[in-house]
Amino acid sequence: MIKVEGLTKKYAGITAIDAISFSVEKGEIVGFLGPNGAGKSTTMRILSCFLPATSGKASVAGFDVATQSREVRSRVGYMPENVALYPEMRVQEYLEYRAALKGIRGRTNRQRVNAVKELCSLRDVESKLIGALSKGYRQRVGLADALLHDPDLLILDEPTIGLDPNQIRQVRQLIKDLGKRHTILLSTHILPEVEMTCSRVLIIDRGRIAASDTPEALAGRVRTAGGVRAEIRADSSALDKELSSLAGVRKSEVQTLEDGWCACTLRTDAEHDPREAVAKLAAERKWPLRELGREQVSLERVFAEITQSGER
Amino acid sequence: MTFLTLLNREIRAYFLSPVAWIVLFFFLLLTGFNFYAGVAALNRGPSEVTVVEAFFNTIFFWFGFVLVFPIITMRLFSEEYKMGTIEPLMTAPVRDSQVVLAKFCGALVFYIVLWMPSLLYFLVFTWVTRLQAAGAAGPFIGAYAMLLLIGMFYLSVGCLASALTRNQIVAAVMSFSAITLLFFMGLLTFFILNITPGLREMTGYFSALEHMAEASRGFFDTRPVVFYLSLTVFVLFLTFHVFQSRRWRS
Repeated sequence: MIKVEGLTKKYAGITAIDAISFSVEKGEIVGFLGPNGAGKSTTMRILSCFLPATSGKASVAGFDVATQSREVRSRVGYMPENVALYPEMRVQEYLEYRAALKGIRGRTNRQRVNAVKELCSLRDVESKLIGALSKGYRQRVGLADALLHDPDLLILDEPTIGLDPNQIRQVRQLIKDLGKRHTILLSTHILPEVEMTCSRVLIIDRGRIAASDTPEALAGRVRTAGGVRAEIRADSSALDKELSSLAGVRKSEVQTLEDGWCACTLRTDAEHDPREAVAKLAAERKWPLRELGREQVSLERVFAEITQSGER
Repeated sequence: MTFLTLLNREIRAYFLSPVAWIVLFFFLLLTGFNFYAGVAALNRGPSEVTVVEAFFNTIFFWFGFVLVFPIITMRLFSEEYKMGTIEPLMTAPVRDSQVVLAKFCGALVFYIVLWMPSLLYFLVFTWVTRLQAAGAAGPFIGAYAMLLLIGMFYLSVGCLASALTRNQIVAAVMSFSAITLLFFMGLLTFFILNITPGLREMTGYFSALEHMAEASRGFFDTRPVVFYLSLTVFVLFLTFHVFQSRRWRS
């Protein structure tokens, strides 16, 4: 569905994306994961024919984005990062206008507008002015717009940004449902989001594709990157010695806290989970244990891990 | 069809915003006063000019006239750039040329609506005084045709200015300066003392003042017609290219 080869975009001397190549097959839900400024939006804007690339080739459904832009645009449903709408129009009116602009007229126009209103739960606000809508509803109008012409490919740039947790859940469910019929490319910087919705993840960092993986494999990598945290009351040097000798532990750090407890951080191999062993050790030695769990890692850590290991 | 959809949206955008109604109100006030002044002048004594001629050749008329174009056109492209609505617009399967043309035609429709009430003045004048407002149909039609022609050209200049910037004020200042310069180029002959006949003729082509004066007297000349139409097409062509260039400037 998407084929990108050596795509590069430079803005006034800054290279936003640097010769990236990837492809997306029909029916996939691919997540574009990366920190802000990594080049996600730029890539999506090129694919939706809003920006031209500096060099390289990109095609959607076999049509080149630069030379066959209108064919591409009529097959792509694009939802930009900041959904910009005409504030003086009403939701119904806006959707009818957008459908007509995409070549859907007459009775089909009404049908499609009704269908997307249903899909994005916009019935309640159909006669409201867009300017008076909340951010969440505006996002949904943007999504409805992208779905109007039943596109082969949906490009969603951070579809859940600015929504409340309830709405985020709804939108994620909607994306999953849409994935049964459409090919979807979505971008996000929230790790759980891709885990929940995507069948494949492309990690983009500083304009380059750093990794392409399934969310499961990625999640596994995140876990090992995180390590294990424990708080145990014991003599710190003895504790350190014991912890280091546990199976799979690459490195342990023990720090004595003010109240006499020791905070331990363990780095392990991918296939080992030392939590059980730590609990057993504490029980055997009769060391009080008050905390044991996986360390929460930030996305930045994962990126550092993935990009530093030099994987392509 | 896409063009009509776009045009429809442009026209709606005008009449759904309060700016349109404020402009209409004050324009009506200005032209109304202008008309009153014209009739009052005729009341004072015999005059060589008709009401139509008087109406279209006063300082009030020209002042409002020049001012109205930046106000109509400044939002056309700038607003879409600024609000970001250009992104959904240009990722829909539309041609750049359709967008430019729809915006120009939308502005033209508003401009025409702006002048509609003034037709009433002359109808009322004829009805009340049982005199002909223009003396004959020619000057009447001529004046309005010239209004349309000059209007098309100045609107296209406004479109160009708006396509150049995301700031509406900057667009308005640019088009106001350009239109004022074009408008008063015909007056250059009064400022340059040792003017050559060639230069005089050239500035004469730009002189909206003269064109309007002649047309409202019933004098039909094909030169301004060709001049304004070809310049409108040329400036719209420039606008189209400026609009396309946004992709490379980004």
